[in-house]
Amino acid sequence: MTATDLPAAEVGKARTRKEDARLITGQTNWTDNITLPGMVHVSFLRSPHAHARITSVDVSAARGAPGVFAAYSGADFAAEQGSLPCAWPVTPDIVIPDHPSMAVDTVRYGGEIVACVVARDRYAAADALELVDVDYEPLEPVLDMEAALADGAVPLHAAGNKSFTWPFGNGDIDAAFRDAPVVIERTYRQQRLIPSAMEPRAVVCAPVADEYTMWTSTQIPHVLRVMLALVTGIPEHKLRVIAPDVGGGFGSKLQVTAEEVLALLLARKLGRPVKWTETRSEGNVAVHHGRDQIQRVRIAADADGRIRGLDVDLLADMGAYLMLVTPGVPLLGAFMFNAIYKMDAYRFSCTGVFTSKTPTDAYRGAGRPEATYAIEHLMDDLAAELGMDPLELRERNWIKHEEFPYTTIAGLTYDSGNYEAATAEAKELFHYDALRSEQAERNAAGSSVRLGIGISTFTEMCGLAPSRVLGSLAYAAGGWEHASIRMLPTGKVEVVTGSSAHGQGHETAWSQIVADQLGVPFEDVRVLHGDTAISHKGMDTYGSRSLVVGGTAIVNACDKVRQKARVIAAAMLEVSPDDLEWSEGRWAVRGDPDQGKSIGEIAFAAFAAHALPDGVEPSLDSDATYDPDNFSFPHGTHLCAAEVDTETGQVRIRSYVAVDDVGVVVNPLIVEGQVHGGIAQGVAQALYEEAAYDSSGNLVTASLADYLIPSAADLPSFTTARTTTPSTLNPLGVKGVGEAGTIASTPAVVNAIVDALRPFGVSDVPMPCTPERVWRAINDAQAEGAGR
Amino acid sequence: MRISVTVDGVRYDDEVEPRLLLVHYLREQAGRTGTPIGCDTSNCGACTVLMNGRSVKSCSVLAVQADGADVTTIQGLANGPGELHPLQQAFHEEHALQCGYCTPGMIMAAADLLSENPHPTEAEVRDGLEGNLCRCTGYQNIVRAVLRAANGTAATEVTA
Repeated sequence: MTATDLPAAEVGKARTRKEDARLITGQTNWTDNITLPGMVHVSFLRSPHAHARITSVDVSAARGAPGVFAAYSGADFAAEQGSLPCAWPVTPDIVIPDHPSMAVDTVRYGGEIVACVVARDRYAAADALELVDVDYEPLEPVLDMEAALADGAVPLHAAGNKSFTWPFGNGDIDAAFRDAPVVIERTYRQQRLIPSAMEPRAVVCAPVADEYTMWTSTQIPHVLRVMLALVTGIPEHKLRVIAPDVGGGFGSKLQVTAEEVLALLLARKLGRPVKWTETRSEGNVAVHHGRDQIQRVRIAADADGRIRGLDVDLLADMGAYLMLVTPGVPLLGAFMFNAIYKMDAYRFSCTGVFTSKTPTDAYRGAGRPEATYAIEHLMDDLAAELGMDPLELRERNWIKHEEFPYTTIAGLTYDSGNYEAATAEAKELFHYDALRSEQAERNAAGSSVRLGIGISTFTEMCGLAPSRVLGSLAYAAGGWEHASIRMLPTGKVEVVTGSSAHGQGHETAWSQIVADQLGVPFEDVRVLHGDTAISHKGMDTYGSRSLVVGGTAIVNACDKVRQKARVIAAAMLEVSPDDLEWSEGRWAVRGDPDQGKSIGEIAFAAFAAHALPDGVEPSLDSDATYDPDNFSFPHGTHLCAAEVDTETGQVRIRSYVAVDDVGVVVNPLIVEGQVHGGIAQGVAQALYEEAAYDSSGNLVTASLADYLIPSAADLPSFTTARTTTPSTLNPLGVKGVGEAGTIASTPAVVNAIVDALRPFGVSDVPMPCTPERVWRAINDAQAEGAGR
Repeated sequence: MRISVTVDGVRYDDEVEPRLLLVHYLREQAGRTGTPIGCDTSNCGACTVLMNGRSVKSCSVLAVQADGADVTTIQGLANGPGELHPLQQAFHEEHALQCGYCTPGMIMAAADLLSENPHPTEAEVRDGLEGNLCRCTGYQNIVRAVLRAANGTAATEVTA
């Protein structure tokens, strides 16, 4: 029996969330709330230089300060700290530099840890930190990717500034471009972003004898435990990692951090619980950043708009070191530049470059927003070149709904989709034709406030991931997920999941799935997660994977419970298991539904174990580990109408319509929330956010006063709707949703701005499209036009 | 310095360092960890509480400045255990939170907003919450929740 045969009472219901009860009343358990007897606080001293040799570190004065237990420099940890891990060596010749948690002789970005003080409270630690004396010999920073690769560039690492070049492709790209009627070539810039989860990081590590428990604000308690063991040599079975309530991640907490490693080593050194709480300004330089690519793209098309070939050459800024999945992030985009479009040939190359900046790594979408931005921008540029409506150009090239499953030029097989349906729905909600008319009127009238329409017909690959595929891409681990069902004697259910929610609502959505699968009330299900001693197996939460992979593991675990229950029910009813059928939480005799046992009754019988058949164990509990066969491919059509004041450069989003197809929806409330938040982050990239460095390599957006996260006053309401094309790849028919909005929205907004300004000769505005940049784009284009 | 401050209905007399921030006092001395800290530049508003009925960012108030004050945190907003303030109820019903880290501050700021302006427009809600950042929701459901709380409590003014 599969899930789709069951009455879907809970799946699809807009259940309000179980986790809210503690979150709206302040009964949360953030890591920073944890206080343990004898606990001491650590503060870290960070390099003020982007690139420098450390000539001396003197912590003696700090050691003597009041309330101080210890103070250390990197040399004190040199023998035990190992190197922070990179789990994704994407090529055999990749350069993975040694990455000490605390710098020993050289710092390579501003914010790298050079010393620490442990004291009775955070104030005493901060005071004593000022007494640490570090001498640096400043070196030239490496700030520009192209300059970093040039001959004679200052090498950040002994092996130079290039980490890897990863080539990929399919079809005869030279033939596709040879004699092509239309070729467009562009360079787009993906600015550097700071993920900015609202909860700053925090770690508490408590030693008991030679065993350690770590509470940490992480997305990945399970992966972290393995990695801490590998990095420090502390045996895995002596480590327990707990992710308590975690206040957002967006990829930034998909990491093995220096602070976590050092908290563990300090707890071991001092034999006391050690706590570290990040300040926001510390986090802006120390938490990994996202994006930061130079994208050189070329597209060749026939005169009627049919795409012949796409050629992509990326420079991806790794920052100073490779962290957990740093080099893999841009490569996730390799499979997405071709997007929903058919073409004859595709070539991709990515070079990873070291710079003296904070390392980059996964940020919501991770490689796919970058790719989607480039192709959707390029499609608009191609439409303008051909004088076609950009939606018509897309329709000419996209995979038709009857062509699924479809194997793309990048080698992925998209299982399902209906781009026509999502686009039709979006056009109607958006009043596309009316807005196009208004745009033409404003252009004809020479209005100072122009209207632009931006289109993003996106797809993405998520639900990471088939373990075999990850292996073929040289990723160190698999992509399965685990679930356990514990049937309690009173018929209540505990679900143990390897996913590790930090805002996604798993406690609610997983309860809905289990309620349907086992025929128990939603309220009778409790979800346990985020503690390696309770959830012993897992691959955690990132890459829009939890429902697609983890949800399927739960379905499979429930199926095992039902099959065990069937045997016990048969014994209780004195019939053959073959005579029973499952319906609404009961095994009942086929043709005699009054003769049956509910899952709760069976659970109690298993608990009492008085009359179990020979060879049947007294337990209904089950475990399932699910490894997907394929990725998940949500898609949708996002349309943005932007008004651009050509005199001030001010952009106002007038309307935004998002029609997403994420397959079957477990909880529409949660899905809508994910879409809203995702769009907001993508709009933020388009209009507001950029991690900016000065010419000395100082991050000038090092606080929330300088790094502009949009507030409620900066964003509009979004109109959201859905089409539903069930995934054929999993029993629930679900697709991922966590990253979709972010992937879709950035190009929709920028395309709208550029569309408004094409009459002025503008073909791009670099992100973020601030009023100044918009104004300059108009004026530069007009000056260029006048000069011709 | 010695301060006397009422937090969520309980009076505390405490010796504090002059530089101690109110939010650290609330979290570490009064044990009210429901109020979190999201930044160090008073931009995010996660630590918003009510001081004598008006919202303040408790990271930019010294504990000594709260001497003699009546402070209400998210943990003291409802009438009692097991009860919810209309704003808490509305945030739940409208799915106005995901990770929940900004939620205490957002609700406290909204409480002050509604006490000033019991029937705000959407634009007034958006402007009124400008000092509180959320990274998860895109604000749409937060705005809905505040409007819902305002409408649901039309007869009796929303106060903390």
